Amino acid sequence: MARVEAEIGKQQSAVMKWIDDRFPWTETMKYHITEYYASKNFNFWYVFGVLAMVVLVIQLVSGIFLTMNYKPAAVEAFASVEYIMRDVEWGWLIRYMHSTGASFFFIVVYLHMFRAMLYGSYKKPRELIWIIGMLIFFVLMAEAFAGYLLPWGQMSYWGAQVIISLFGAIPGVGEALVEIIRGDYSISDITLNRFFALHVIALPLALVALVFVHIVALHEVGSNNPDGVEIKNYKGADGVPLDGVAFHPYHTSKDLVAIVIFLIIFSCVVFFAPEMGGYFLEHANFEPANVLATPEHIAPVWYFTPFYAILRAVPDKLWGAAMMGGAVLLPVFLPWLDRSRVKSIRYRGWIYKSTLTCFTISFVMLGWLGTMPADGPYVLATRFCTAIYFAFFLLMPYYTTVDKTKPVPERVIYNG
Amino acid sequence: MSEDDVDHIDRSRRHFLTVATVVTGVAGAGLATIPFLASLKPSARAQALGAPVEVSIGSMQPGEMVRVMWRGKLVFILRRTEEMLSRLSANLDQLRDPKSEIVEQQPDYAANDTRSVNPEFLVVVGSCTHLGCAPLEDFEVRPSDNWNGGFFCPCHGSKFDLAGRVYKGVPAPLNLQVPPHRFVRDNLLLIGLDSGAA
Repeated sequence: MARVEAEIGKQQSAVMKWIDDRFPWTETMKYHITEYYASKNFNFWYVFGVLAMVVLVIQLVSGIFLTMNYKPAAVEAFASVEYIMRDVEWGWLIRYMHSTGASFFFIVVYLHMFRAMLYGSYKKPRELIWIIGMLIFFVLMAEAFAGYLLPWGQMSYWGAQVIISLFGAIPGVGEALVEIIRGDYSISDITLNRFFALHVIALPLALVALVFVHIVALHEVGSNNPDGVEIKNYKGADGVPLDGVAFHPYHTSKDLVAIVIFLIIFSCVVFFAPEMGGYFLEHANFEPANVLATPEHIAPVWYFTPFYAILRAVPDKLWGAAMMGGAVLLPVFLPWLDRSRVKSIRYRGWIYKSTLTCFTISFVMLGWLGTMPADGPYVLATRFCTAIYFAFFLLMPYYTTVDKTKPVPERVIYNG
Repeated sequence: MSEDDVDHIDRSRRHFLTVATVVTGVAGAGLATIPFLASLKPSARAQALGAPVEVSIGSMQPGEMVRVMWRGKLVFILRRTEEMLSRLSANLDQLRDPKSEIVEQQPDYAANDTRSVNPEFLVVVGSCTHLGCAPLEDFEVRPSDNWNGGFFCPCHGSKFDLAGRVYKGVPAPLNLQVPPHRFVRDNLLLIGLDSGAA
């Protein structure tokens, strides 16, 4: 027996050698997986990157199968989605996976970004990882927006009408730009067709490429951790960081638990509440697009509502659009706005803890306000939260400088 | 070629070739993007579908409004009563552009007090100048709401008067657009074309 196994082992290593002489397979696996060392004190916040990858795979696979039955034409689109829901075997499941996946993509990405803000993961030397991550976020927003037009329901149509009109606010070139985005004088079959192209080819390609670059940059500098100290500063004789453990099998097994829990929650929504009370799939979208009638209450899907609320807070078209754009762009500059000497919230003073809390509350509030009608007390509350949102970023260079920080330990704290 | 020249590198020639290659390459790549970008513009078919539309208005009652489609856009045609016309001058100070001075929003022949060729007929694009929702008509006067009758956008609360002029303090920046139009006959309106006498 032993001799047979040894023989098989020898053949395997010969195959691996043949491959490795032609492609850096073993080297790549070691560099990115079995010998990529990340801190051993990771907590629950560190699972959302992997979960984002899981959702990406769910979206790519379910999306490919939806494409096989969907018709990107104004006269057929709505009916083809209903056809998928009713006549295609398991079509309802694939479609609900895709629509639920869109919302879950934003849930995990928002939590992933919040993690970076908790532990200062965007700070030197990880600025580029953060910027690439923000680009991923922008592409994801475009991808979600393009995808929402495809079912050609009332909210698809009028939501797109509102968002595309935003570009018209740009002085000078605005109207010409809007015409080029739509490819027509109004949102039409032509617009639907090109949004389909963007949604299934251009933007997913960009997304996958950016995710790849995001991970390459991460593996170059190494992962941050809840203490915000560099584990590379203390290495053993073998050159391995003393506080690091290999991504595989240690972090992967932790991630597997997170993936299982995630899939349980995801399945609950897919099977029992795919519309999520009108938040994941808006009720108005179960009616075909009607050019003659705007639905009485237009709200984007929940993941855009914080920014939509900011747009509505300003009673001026250009300024509203500019504020909204500013709100989306501002986080890009976090690595330079944050002047604190420490990374992790654990060693920051009360000022940053309070401002981050206020920011988080107002962001969630804006998300809720964006789904509400734009009148009376809601407008006032929206303006208040908008002010906090901007103050958090614009005053950051000041308050992170004066905030009293605590001493940071040399090595990570680990009670295990 | 002498013995010394074998190792001699003509740097200026190399520099020239590098610059020439880069310039030609960039220019070529730039020109190659033109067809792609141009393909994004409204196609010949989209332009053809944007042709003018004729609307028969003979049967419209005073105070009645009809909706027609032109270039995929909603167009409102409102036959105003004498009473409605008299309201137009009531609250000019509350309007952002009461004299229709922003030229892009209407053809010259509609840049007047009633924003129309024939004061009786208001012809405007039914797309809010804020973010393109379709405004709702609400022609009744309600002094309690400080409402003088006009159009109201349900999306973000913009208000327009009976000539499609925008009120101050709402998100929409501009008056509703008056499309090019002319009366072919007394009872026939052509939207989208105004060549000849308006």
